[in-house]
Amino acid sequence: MAKLIALTPFAGLLPVIHGGIEASEVLPQRLMSVAPYAGQEKAVAAKLDDGLAKVNRRKGAVTWFGHGVWLVAGDVALDGLAAVTDQSDAWAVVQIAGTGVEDVLARLVPVDLRRGLFRNNHVAKTMLGHLSVTIIRTGSHAFEIMVMRSMAQTLVHDLDVAMRGVAAR
Amino acid sequence: MRLHAPENTVTFTFDGRKIKGVPGEPVSAALLANDIKLVARSFKYHRPRGVMSAGSEEQNALVTIGHGAQAEPNVRATTLEVSEGLEVSSQNAWPSLRYDMMAVNDLASPFLAAGFYYKTFMWPRSFWEKLYEPVIRRAAGLGALSGETNPDTYEKAFAFCDVLVIGAGPAGLMAALTAGRAGADVIIADEDTAMGGRLLREQEQVDGKPGADWVAAALAELDALPNVRRMTRTTVTGAYDQGTYGALERIAGPRVPGKPLECFWRIVAKRAILCAGALERPIAFPNNDRPGIMMASAVRAYVNRWGVAPGTRVAIFGNNDDAHRTARDLVAAGIKVAALIDSRDDADVEGDFPIYTGAKVIATKGRHALQSITIRHNGGTRVIRTDCLAMSGGWNPTVHLTCHMNGRPTWREDIASFVPTPESIPGMVTAGACNGTFSTAACLAEGAKAAVEVAGGLGLKPEVTVPAADDASYAITPLWAVPGKGRKWIDFQNDVHVKDIKLAAQENFRSVEHMKRYTTQGMAPDQGKSSNVVALAVLADATGRGIPETGTTTFRPPYVPVSIAAMGAGSQGKGFAPERFTTSHRASIARDAPMIEAGLWYRPSYFPQKGETHWQQSCDREVGYVRNAVGVCDVSTLGKIDIQGPDAAALLDFVYTNTFSTLKVGRVRYGLMLREDGHVMDDGTTARLGEQHFVMTTTTAAAGLVMRHLEFVLQVLRPDLDAKVISVTEQWAQFAVAGPQARALLNTVLDQELDDESWPFMACGEVGVAGVPGRLFRISFSGEHAYEVAVPSRYGESLFRMLTAQAEVMGGGPYGMEALNVLRIEKGFITHAEIHGRTTAFDIGMARMISTKKDCIGKASAARPGLLGESRQQLVGLRGKGRDHALTAGAHLFETQAAETRVNSQGYTTSVCFSPTLETHLALGFLENGRARHGEVIKLRDHLRDITEEVEVCDPVFFDPTGGRARG
Amino acid sequence: MRIICPNCGERDRREFYYQGDALALDRPAEDAGLEAWDDYLHNRDNPAGDTRDLWFHEAGCGAWLVVERNTMTHAVHKATLAEKVKA
Repeated sequence: MAKLIALTPFAGLLPVIHGGIEASEVLPQRLMSVAPYAGQEKAVAAKLDDGLAKVNRRKGAVTWFGHGVWLVAGDVALDGLAAVTDQSDAWAVVQIAGTGVEDVLARLVPVDLRRGLFRNNHVAKTMLGHLSVTIIRTGSHAFEIMVMRSMAQTLVHDLDVAMRGVAAR
Repeated sequence: MRLHAPENTVTFTFDGRKIKGVPGEPVSAALLANDIKLVARSFKYHRPRGVMSAGSEEQNALVTIGHGAQAEPNVRATTLEVSEGLEVSSQNAWPSLRYDMMAVNDLASPFLAAGFYYKTFMWPRSFWEKLYEPVIRRAAGLGALSGETNPDTYEKAFAFCDVLVIGAGPAGLMAALTAGRAGADVIIADEDTAMGGRLLREQEQVDGKPGADWVAAALAELDALPNVRRMTRTTVTGAYDQGTYGALERIAGPRVPGKPLECFWRIVAKRAILCAGALERPIAFPNNDRPGIMMASAVRAYVNRWGVAPGTRVAIFGNNDDAHRTARDLVAAGIKVAALIDSRDDADVEGDFPIYTGAKVIATKGRHALQSITIRHNGGTRVIRTDCLAMSGGWNPTVHLTCHMNGRPTWREDIASFVPTPESIPGMVTAGACNGTFSTAACLAEGAKAAVEVAGGLGLKPEVTVPAADDASYAITPLWAVPGKGRKWIDFQNDVHVKDIKLAAQENFRSVEHMKRYTTQGMAPDQGKSSNVVALAVLADATGRGIPETGTTTFRPPYVPVSIAAMGAGSQGKGFAPERFTTSHRASIARDAPMIEAGLWYRPSYFPQKGETHWQQSCDREVGYVRNAVGVCDVSTLGKIDIQGPDAAALLDFVYTNTFSTLKVGRVRYGLMLREDGHVMDDGTTARLGEQHFVMTTTTAAAGLVMRHLEFVLQVLRPDLDAKVISVTEQWAQFAVAGPQARALLNTVLDQELDDESWPFMACGEVGVAGVPGRLFRISFSGEHAYEVAVPSRYGESLFRMLTAQAEVMGGGPYGMEALNVLRIEKGFITHAEIHGRTTAFDIGMARMISTKKDCIGKASAARPGLLGESRQQLVGLRGKGRDHALTAGAHLFETQAAETRVNSQGYTTSVCFSPTLETHLALGFLENGRARHGEVIKLRDHLRDITEEVEVCDPVFFDPTGGRARG
Repeated sequence: MRIICPNCGERDRREFYYQGDALALDRPAEDAGLEAWDDYLHNRDNPAGDTRDLWFHEAGCGAWLVVERNTMTHAVHKATLAEKVKA
């Protein structure tokens, strides 16, 4: 029998480079959403190597992902303590990095992402243009942006326009 | 005339004429340097006009830049920077600026007073649309749009800070320095090309050195502070809720493709300090609009900052001490002062030039350029030869932003001006000239004080060092209008003069807001920046009230015109809305499938084949695949929601009308969801994958709505339910495989063969799909033996290609939205065309799906009087009279003999198709008491498309009413 | 307009979906009667002053919030997680 071929969300769309800033695809192997049931947050945290990250934070493989939800990179076994759902194929993840990357994101994101306030492993659930996104700072000039897989092309379009505008100044 | 030879010049054009200018100086300066006085024609009377100001408040010198699609009208020459090759044209004049045909309006001016249009073009009524309006529209308007798509790039951006300082004159710079030194995160924005405000335009000493030198030192210090951001060419245009400010940045440097021209900023500031300065106001004396008559402060700015003399014999006319600087500066620059005319009897002025106190300008001469003025002095008149008159009626503090949240300014008698009312904008304080504080020393002190106050609120303790500076006094005796023959212009941009305002008062438009609308004073790009106070002073006089009692019109954002392109930047073209693509998108495009938008999704309409010339041919063929062989359709766009938890079943019982707690693991059930008002919200199937694990399917259109609804139920209505919902729409690529050969097709890709016993109708479970863990649901939206197979999205395209290739081998293939729609209409399956927000479970024949054994959302309301019974329009099928009798959606239904009028309408059609299976046209629709009328022949009437057809009312399930094909 | 989300901090209004009056929290019983249901579904005050309504941080963390604000001054006083209000 023929085998199914896997394609990545940004296949053929990335990388995009303008003026020292590069957007490239990140390929997480496995992403599981974890929503602890009532009163089970501590028990769930104890079962995860990195515990449950604080609200608006990432800690190791665990990223806060909204009200009462975390996203864990890797397999999890929580024995009914939490709703666990495979999201490995649901998210398109882009890394955008380079000097001035905050200026690019300031064209699109209505949240203050400057380094002094939004530090490494800070997480923002917000918008980028019209898209709902999760933004994580991964370095002094680097961010990870997660968007719904079906909107990967629009994310690349919006980043590309903003990157060109900033580079042209 | 230039006062000294510039180091560097570039060439630009004005109405085709080559002009030399200094890069970065305003075009108005370059025009004056080249002795070009006539630069524009006025809006209504096409009066010749010249440069009036040196800032964004300019009323006269509006020009068009560029040409074709890139032409931009109504640009103020006073803020437009000279650059090499810049193309500037005058506007509102034909055939030329000098000989403008429309200047005939000026001769007819006695008939064109305020309200002229309202009074004149009343009758005959039929003339309005055909004659008056087209003619007036052609003549009206300032500047012209190209009508082409603007190819330029614009941008918008967000910024955040502790303290936003608006304006970078002495007060603003001092505020930014003080707050910045204390460590506050500061943005200082100024609309000029360089910061410094009046210190760049006036001869002032600060800290023992020339003002411009002090500015340079202050800017160097600000630039060295990492916590301070300077934004030049940036006008703060509006103050909004919770410390949000709009700001328009004109981006510096040459036009380069791809480089934005403007950026519209949304700045969120914890605190703001308004240091917006003040605008000098004109005096309304007869014919005060001739080219060469300018604001005194503008004359000083051109002389001091840009080294341009606006005239060779300059006269000065003012009512306040500040105007006297003009004479002083002109003398220092070596320009002849023809006269200083001060309206005050007691003015204390000295100088080596003719001085007339207690005098007024009563007439002017010179059509295209000022030649002379006539003054009244000591009871007599005197003509003074002059080519430039600098006028000063006093200063209006720039209070605009403080009024953007419903604040009203306060009248201050001593300076005859409005000043901001404190706390008009939460978090904003005001300092300097915009506060009515005019001396440089006092501005510096106020700027520092404001910063201390604001920084203190942020928990910072700034140290204050205020440099010594000039502390000139400012005394004024109000002078609004000078009597005399000729029109005394107040609003130059809208051609409104003293008489217009008096006429408004006379005709009882006494409220300042009514006067504005009657006369148009204060409208248009400048929004009455210079004219408002004079206008309402004249109105106050005409109505016998005081100025505070008369009040001002409301200042609304934006402070300066903001191009729509900047405000909507990023939302043009592909930026208008996100595009959502399925994993099979590329494969569908490769098959030349035209796409149809379903919400944000793009779905294939049909898959054309060689020889097919009409979509109907493709659609009929694809319907045939499903009815006779097998078809494959991407259904990934339907919402899929993972529901888990101890109370997952209880949640479903509460949101669906029917019961899900009784559903067996491994089975699927159709569910109907109501809104709380008893109308249908959505429908779909829900599969039970485990005791505490369900997957709900929503329609494509309602996926977001249902997700929000479920969160609403869990967080707002029933936080007692321990269940979690998460969207898995994007995780799974899901394909309908439908038709008699569906099982055979799936068996070519599944790891384990399907059989009827383990996979009966409405079964679900996990399967291996070519070695990949997937899910399978035996459900049908076509009425055929059908499945939906899901794999993780990364494999979606590959599975689609595999399934469609295999289907073609079996006499089938992919089908699109058109065929899907036909298949479901043949079966009477509803979509949001039927559950459009006004239909109930009763209407669609599903009243029995509302369980009597439990409460659910919408249950109580669905039983309300009026939502049940014969009077309701109920879902029916409508069968047409064969192939040649097409039906239309949105048509109304009538009894065959009834007149086709609104009152006789008994219902309407919602969905139509041609059924290749039944070889006739079908419709779904709603008909009064329709379920009791099966078999009746009625009339379908589409007034819009002029179609009348007889149709037979029937059960909405046209095909295979017993459902044997899906189960078999 | 900016709302302080208890999870995410102060955010622009564009991230939020507006639902309506917070009386939606108090859903009547199935048999509460027509009048109670009519009030719950349709009848709303339109106060010039303090108001309390439901917002959904749809483009953010996904929390439903009860927001207290003033329709005259536009001040936003407070935002609370709806599930905490109800609990």
